[in-house]
Amino acid sequence: MSDEVAIRVRGLRKAYGDNVAVAGVDLDVHRGEVFALLGPNGAGKTTTVEILEGYRRRDSGEVLVLGTDPELVFGSRQRNRQARPAPHVVADWRSRVGIVLQGTGEFDELTVAEVVHHFAGFYPAADDPDKVIARVGLTGKAGARTHTLSGGQKRRLDVALGIIGRPELLFLDEPTTGFDPEARREFWELIRDLSAAGTTIVLTTHYLDEAETLADRVGVIAGGRVIEVGTPDSLGNRREALATVTWRTPDGLPESAQSATPTALVTELAARFGGEVPGLTVTRPTLEDIYLRMIGHR
Amino acid sequence: MTTTTKPATPVAAPSTRRLGPASLALRQGRLEIRQFLRSRESVVFTLGFPIIMVLIFASIFSDEIAPGVSYTQYFITGMIATGLLTVSFQNLGIWIPIERDRGVLKRYRGTPMPKWVWFAGKVIMVLVTGMVMTALLLAVSVTLFDLNLPATGTAWLTFGWVSALGITACTLCGIAISSLARTARSGSAVVTPVALVLQFISGVFFVFTNLPTWMQQVAALFPLKWMCQGLRAVFLPESFGAQEPGGSFELARVALVLGAWCVIGLVLCLTTFRWTTRRDG
Repeated sequence: MSDEVAIRVRGLRKAYGDNVAVAGVDLDVHRGEVFALLGPNGAGKTTTVEILEGYRRRDSGEVLVLGTDPELVFGSRQRNRQARPAPHVVADWRSRVGIVLQGTGEFDELTVAEVVHHFAGFYPAADDPDKVIARVGLTGKAGARTHTLSGGQKRRLDVALGIIGRPELLFLDEPTTGFDPEARREFWELIRDLSAAGTTIVLTTHYLDEAETLADRVGVIAGGRVIEVGTPDSLGNRREALATVTWRTPDGLPESAQSATPTALVTELAARFGGEVPGLTVTRPTLEDIYLRMIGHR
Repeated sequence: MTTTTKPATPVAAPSTRRLGPASLALRQGRLEIRQFLRSRESVVFTLGFPIIMVLIFASIFSDEIAPGVSYTQYFITGMIATGLLTVSFQNLGIWIPIERDRGVLKRYRGTPMPKWVWFAGKVIMVLVTGMVMTALLLAVSVTLFDLNLPATGTAWLTFGWVSALGITACTLCGIAISSLARTARSGSAVVTPVALVLQFISGVFFVFTNLPTWMQQVAALFPLKWMCQGLRAVFLPESFGAQEPGGSFELARVALVLGAWCVIGLVLCLTTFRWTTRRDG
């Protein structure tokens, strides 16, 4: 096991009947990085993540999460019976991995504080529950029954339960779905804090801006395969992509041109207009443009 | 996005001790009981139902079914058995699918909590509610309907082991049957008819020996009939044993059948229990 690699996946496959959900995924996530898995619905994101979390069994391939095969949690139902692990091995691994699932598990009749305190008891080095509640912004709701929380507040509780054990590795499956813009920004701050403290983070998301803001690297998954991995600004050769320059002609009509050398073009335009170019913009393709092109061309 | 240098591992955590098995189980049990008490419907339904039934039936029927044995006494023993069935089998068979559907079980599985702790929490909840319910039923029956509490140590001992074995078998079967329900809502549809039919054929509402023979034979395959019979040995006069189908209270057979159901229930739990819903892998 290399200390630099938090997750190593080779040739991961999983099918449900005839439906191949994951068709040979290779993936490396380094320790300490924020890795975002992007992909359309049904691309195999959740299946992949749930295999890494030890919720699903794979059909084939090699998976190591924090140096351990997550399949060990299946114990006696494991394929290789000789490898049946001792219970504390499973518990140790579980206590190092934090999970925020896509769906929420609701404890209707318990309060936020009760649930977080209870879950803290499962972890050997749990964080202070009240501090965690404050960190996810639920202090005002600590005494509220969980069924009275709004969708976004429930999601914060999910995050609180995911980080209460001070995980080395945190999985977040579409964590900000249902958040308003302000809540999303607060959540991003939380992720940056966790990351700064050394937590490795794997998140799946639909939101390109989220991936671009948070992730050190982005993996795009489509049709059960990882089609590209890179930093958000280099994905899909974004850095080398042509820039689009738009301006208005003296008649007031919009005009645009694609250019590999936009500065030269702007200089030329400035000379042509003798100063300010009316309505000038220079843009590179957004991550969203690149992403849509990548998954659209399949 | 800049790649800033980050420490390789999280900052050292304060040394906290992992909780021992006993405190894990007790915490879980406390949590389950708290959840149970806070859902008012389940408290009223689970604890109130047997008492309401006793109040109704014991007030309507007051005949003697044998010398010195009133129908009321007979019915109350049946209702104690039914109560044990309700708090264990019915309660778990209805609630576990709801928790599974909500993803509560899935969430527990993602923590380092040893799996048995969750089951221990359910068992503690069932045992506590079972004891409370039995105590309430006995209190009502002794004050309003002249039921006599067991007079001898042997009778109390029988009361203890019949209840313990019965509630264990029903708990295991309740956990096992919870896996049959596909969705949260179907739990009660699966469990309620089973419980109701068992009550009718096992000698709760009707004197068992008055039932058709084939019905008696079917009932004898399931635990409730034997729980009722074992409790009759506790609360009815020794002489009534002669009226039972086997000519006595057959306590050895009660122990054998209930023990067998514990084993069957345990095997079913171990082989079929699901932490996630079917559509959820």
